[in-house]
Amino acid sequence: MTAPNAVVPFLSLHRLTKTFGTHDAVADVSLDMPSGEILCLLGPSGCGKSTLLRLIAGFEAPTDGSIRLDGTDLTGLAPHRRPVNMMFQSYALFPHLSVAGNIAYGLKGLGRAAASARVEDLLRLVRLEEFGNRAPETLSGGQRQRVALARALAREPKVLLLDEPLGALDRGLREQTQGELRTIQRRLGTAFVIVTHDPSEAMALADRIGVMDRGRLVQIGRPETLYERPANRFVAGLLGDVNLIPGTVRDANGALVRVETALGPVLALGEGAPAAGAPAVIALRPERVGASAVDPKAAGDRNALHGHVETSTYLGDRIRLQIRMADGSTIRASLPAGAGIASGVPVRLSFAPEAATVMAA
Amino acid sequence: MKRLLPVAPYLWLAAFVLLPCLITLKISLSSPATAQPPYLPVLDWSAGIDGWGAFLEALDFANFETLAGDSLYRDAALSSLLYAATATAILVILGTPVAHALARSPARLQPLLVALVIVPFWTSFLIRIYAWIAILKPEGLLNAGLLWTGLVARPLDILNTPAAVMIGLTYAYLPFMVLPLYAVLSRLDPALTEAAADLGASPARAFWTVTLPLARPGIAAGALLCFIPMVGEFIIPDLLGGSGTLMLGRVLWSEFFSNRDWPLASAVAVLLLVLIVGPIVLFRDAERERGGVGR
Repeated sequence: MTAPNAVVPFLSLHRLTKTFGTHDAVADVSLDMPSGEILCLLGPSGCGKSTLLRLIAGFEAPTDGSIRLDGTDLTGLAPHRRPVNMMFQSYALFPHLSVAGNIAYGLKGLGRAAASARVEDLLRLVRLEEFGNRAPETLSGGQRQRVALARALAREPKVLLLDEPLGALDRGLREQTQGELRTIQRRLGTAFVIVTHDPSEAMALADRIGVMDRGRLVQIGRPETLYERPANRFVAGLLGDVNLIPGTVRDANGALVRVETALGPVLALGEGAPAAGAPAVIALRPERVGASAVDPKAAGDRNALHGHVETSTYLGDRIRLQIRMADGSTIRASLPAGAGIASGVPVRLSFAPEAATVMAA
Repeated sequence: MKRLLPVAPYLWLAAFVLLPCLITLKISLSSPATAQPPYLPVLDWSAGIDGWGAFLEALDFANFETLAGDSLYRDAALSSLLYAATATAILVILGTPVAHALARSPARLQPLLVALVIVPFWTSFLIRIYAWIAILKPEGLLNAGLLWTGLVARPLDILNTPAAVMIGLTYAYLPFMVLPLYAVLSRLDPALTEAAADLGASPARAFWTVTLPLARPGIAAGALLCFIPMVGEFIIPDLLGGSGTLMLGRVLWSEFFSNRDWPLASAVAVLLLVLIVGPIVLFRDAERERGGVGR
């Protein structure tokens, strides 16, 4: 199952701004989110992603803008009146309550029997059936994370907000927990907004990723869109290694744009490309670059560039080439193992126009 | 020197805590005498073992019999406990919101606000209690204010009543309640109260069910820190409570200085010690029991 293409707004942020002093922590962010989606807010620390989450939870009041959820305006509502719940980065488990007591904390209006049945269900959901009477401090990090998740899900929130939910876990556990988190989300159908600084985590979890930089939402879209068609250098660099080739836009030919670079003319996909004559940057992922020592027959309108292999690094599953181009710049290529080329050999690089994206410089 | 270091704290305690207690206990088991020192028996070191024997034989429990038999001492002890317990309860109720507000105030302001709580200590305790006389007396500041606003027609008699003692105790010990509570509350993760709010708890419920239970160690520490010295308090009941106020500290003082009955005064001191040790032991056991649950 993938996210629906047409976004039916369920959670809707409109021109949301939060200013601390003179600093815009969140600046003019608008986004719509359908129900049942996992949206990851990705960005470096201090980019405003956590503040955005706290605005939705109600812990911060926006300086400007509004938040609507399922037809109701949440903007002025106190946190305890919002139908959203948050899983805190520190988990914020109540140390004086048992695991079951923590999960039951939000179930006040439910009646004793119903609440304890619900706690049982949630303990089963996060596979902690045996741990209801334990104190949080006796649990491992992974178990605490699951208690925090169960507690946040107890009130059946319309949107679950997760602040770096896997940040405190070690690497192996994190990957396993990513899978569990997705499974639980698919089963419940609750909309998740996940804040993370880890691009690979965002790629693994998200239906859509919203990339934030200095308070602004710079691009939002499916992981493959962001990876293949970054809107700017920041997004391109955040999601993985990328070659950036500067140049000038020559002419647009349908979806394809011809860019004049120091390495020669390059044809690339350019939906958001600047007008002819404007400076531009081409983003090219290393794994989309083909390299061969011999001159291949020019196939169709594939781009062809020439250089020398400077270093060749064997990584097991891949081989990494660093290629010195005629103008002195370098381009990195990542080839399947077995396609190795020795250092110092002249090499011809080729890539399809669709593999490269033209962005504003 | 190195070998001495681990036992140094015990030596210190023995010299400055245990030894004075033992001396007090010894005097409390002696009889008053018109002599220097004003009690008998006195241990005769030159007589060796025999001296010890004679000394131990001469000790008696007459002073404690007096304490038990004379209702003055029983009433003083009970009223001291009552004053201290009531004042402690008032201090918890007053100190918790103050400490909570302190812990929630902007981080930049907190050092200043904490300093303001401590500022009164820069002035002599005695002088500050004297100042309360000026406030509470019939023609004092408080009554002048009340008369001026028209709330009362005649000056209230506050000075030399139990109410004045309670006001004095509450005033003097508030910092001892606020500071340990503040220390605990300021270390609480703010995410805990946010989590409570997030889970639907109103600010009041979040306070009762999360902040207050987690502040318990601070409340307990503050309560002990206030209760113990208040039981033996002398200056406040003497200056503000007038002659009618019955508290052990005053009884002790008058036995010691007015009646010059050192043995009976020492017996009162021992009684005071027992009264105070009781709550500490109870408190420790209760805390240990709590700590055992879910751990």
